[in-house]
Amino acid sequence: MADPYPTARAADSIVPPMVPRVARIAKRRREIADVVTLEIEGGAFDFAPGQFNMLTAFGVGEAAISVSGDPADGARLIHTIRAVGAVSRALTELHPGEPIGLRGPFGRGWPMQEAQGRDVIVVAGGLGLAPLRPALYRLFAEREKYGRIVLLFGARSPQDILFRDELEDWRGRLDVEVEATVDHARGDWRGNVGVVTSLISRTSFDPSRTLAMLCGPEIMMRFVANAFIEMSVPQERIYLSMERNMKCAIGWCGHCQFGPVFICRDGPVFPYSQLRGLIAKKEI
Amino acid sequence: MIESIEHIVKEHRFFAGMDAGIVQLVSGCAKNARFDPGQYLFHEGDGADWFYLLRNGRVAIELRDPARGAVTLQTLREGELCGLSWLVPPYRWTYDARAIDLVRAIAVDAACLRRKSEADPRLGYEMMKRFMPPLLERLQAARLQMIDIYGAHG
Ligand SMILES: Cc1cc2nc3c(=O)[nH]c(=O)nc-3n(C[C@H](O)[C@H](O)[C@H](O)COP(=O)(O)OP(=O)(O)OC[C@H]3O[C@@H](n4cnc5c(N)ncnc54)[C@H](O)[C@@H]3O)c2cc1C
Ligand code: FES
Repeated sequence: MADPYPTARAADSIVPPMVPRVARIAKRRREIADVVTLEIEGGAFDFAPGQFNMLTAFGVGEAAISVSGDPADGARLIHTIRAVGAVSRALTELHPGEPIGLRGPFGRGWPMQEAQGRDVIVVAGGLGLAPLRPALYRLFAEREKYGRIVLLFGARSPQDILFRDELEDWRGRLDVEVEATVDHARGDWRGNVGVVTSLISRTSFDPSRTLAMLCGPEIMMRFVANAFIEMSVPQERIYLSMERNMKCAIGWCGHCQFGPVFICRDGPVFPYSQLRGLIAKKEI
Repeated sequence: MIESIEHIVKEHRFFAGMDAGIVQLVSGCAKNARFDPGQYLFHEGDGADWFYLLRNGRVAIELRDPARGAVTLQTLREGELCGLSWLVPPYRWTYDARAIDLVRAIAVDAACLRRKSEADPRLGYEMMKRFMPPLLERLQAARLQMIDIYGAHG
């Protein structure tokens, strides 16, 4: 059977997959309080939207980080990282000129082929916009291949809105519908307040034409997927990107096992139909 | 042409699929309302004497916090209900509702509708059925907001 979405290429590569390449930071940009975007230059970077790399902060450790840049821009690799623990903090503290370790790209990304000819609803929560951004770049670059493109974005507060300038640009386009909402805001915020699921019930769409791409906290994706299912979007056309602790990222170690699948090798993007029985269970 | 309130009521999403007799009963308690940007539809602590079915414009549901000023908990827009407290004693608002834009709404006299609901349980049951889904949705939303899903814990 033809593979419906891009597969990992790392395993076929001649570079041993557990050995990081050393690259250098070209640019660093603070996005919001605890989130930084790193730009790595000087390679020939090939990846599919939704794939991730293992990034090493030397002397600290390695973490799985999705690519957040444009797949068409093969000379630059862009990652957007939130400091949550030792490794991610060390990564966000790297500055231009400093070395970074790099393995990848890994995993199966967003179903760009399958999305063609359909209306695409992209739902991002918080930092979930970063792994979706490459898919958005591709959707916009080949705009004519898709029906409606809708981006629904939820963040914790107005200060936590990622890629704010770009969101504004996208909102200004006539061929894309963009809605953002925040969970909490002061009285002077003029945008929407409410959970991201409230944007779905307010958006009218034809479920038979729709393909949904979801990325954000797992609990958010569960509620969003359920909202789509209630509106009769088929479960096999609701895709979500999962996160689990990674070690090898190539299906060797079992660290990222989620029921019968390995997130690193079989995902991180899965159709909801494949995760349905697993995602609400506590002990997986 | 001036549209009759019953016609306006019937067109609102809230009444979709509702029995014509019931629509008529509700329309008997309804009038048009308009709020300028910044104007309050109601304040916390006031009696819940009216509720609103939004036709245009957005409304911010706010709580006043002495330390932080007004905090917006939710924004509502056309097609949605503003005000659920009219249905449950003691019939008092527990938050402020402020028009963000120019808001046009159908205002429904709560005492009138409560009276009619007591007299006709069919109407009361229909109102319960129509108000429970947004009530549960808002409860669920409040829970998600409370656990702070986007926080740095995952
Ligand atoms: C496929 C994949 C793609 C990813 N893409 C990105 C990305 O683009 N950008 C990014 O910043 N992160 C991304 N992550 C998450 C990232 O890998 C983890 O946040 C990172 O491994 C944390 O490592 P650490 O050593 O800094 O923290 P740890 O020491 O492992 O954890 C410290 C604390 O942070 C919590 N934590 C761990 N992971 C997360 C998380 N994802 N979110 C919130 N809290 C967490 C832990 O529960 C713990 O309390 C991705 C993960 C996967 C599996
Ligand atoms: S991280 Fe080792 S199997 Fe997935």
